[in-house]
Amino acid sequence: MNLRTPLSRARGLGSAKEGTHHWWWQRLTAVALVPLSLWFIVSLVCMIGADHAEIVAWMQAPAVSLLLILFIIMLFHHAQLGVQVVIEDYVHSKWQKVTSLVLLKFLAMIAALASIIAVLKVSLGL
Amino acid sequence: MSARQRPLSPHLQVYKPQLTSVLSITHRATGLFLGLGALVLCYWLLAVAAGPEFYGRAQGITGSWYGQLLLFGWVASLYYHLCNGIRHLFWDAGYGFELKTTYASGYAVVAASVILTVVTWIVAAMRLGGGA
Repeated sequence: MNLRTPLSRARGLGSAKEGTHHWWWQRLTAVALVPLSLWFIVSLVCMIGADHAEIVAWMQAPAVSLLLILFIIMLFHHAQLGVQVVIEDYVHSKWQKVTSLVLLKFLAMIAALASIIAVLKVSLGL
Repeated sequence: MSARQRPLSPHLQVYKPQLTSVLSITHRATGLFLGLGALVLCYWLLAVAAGPEFYGRAQGITGSWYGQLLLFGWVASLYYHLCNGIRHLFWDAGYGFELKTTYASGYAVVAASVILTVVTWIVAAMRLGGGA
């Protein structure tokens, strides 16, 4: 027996009103972050003791710039999707929930953009 | 009508912690901690972009005892969150729900993340000691 109305079934959006969108992007970014975060750790370990010029030279390699920006996008998107669920689970007052969600989304966007700009500035030699 | 404040399920205070529940909440805790790490990554990238002086200051922080402690925590958290995340992806695909399998994969995740963390720090210490 299915108690959902035919309209709600046709829309397929469920109680969260957005279907599997959040779930799907959480998984997609997770899969991308497996190789990207391992690459990042290995790179950092390889550069232990490197001075500023060596870090800059590393970041200026086109492949490194590309991977770093990809890593930043996937990381911040994944992080804000995850923290969003924690807020939704544990913050119960409506205005506190909405306020923290808005702050979270803005913070993630600003930090991601600042990180990308930093990488571009270095890789373009500005 | 005033509703009496009754405890809501799940009654965490009367549950005996099990491997499965502890790993589950650890996944969330490491995820939150890694979120903070993402902000530190942002700071590090900005320091690199701002020039040698700022980068030197960032290096002073990462080289300090608390910087090293935090870095160790982030590396360990990342390996745990990554390994347990792969376990979650298998569940998403519909595999590994039997109680025995859940415990086996749980122990495998703990072992894998401990080994990866220790290996990373041994290699890092060797590179630091070798003056590479």
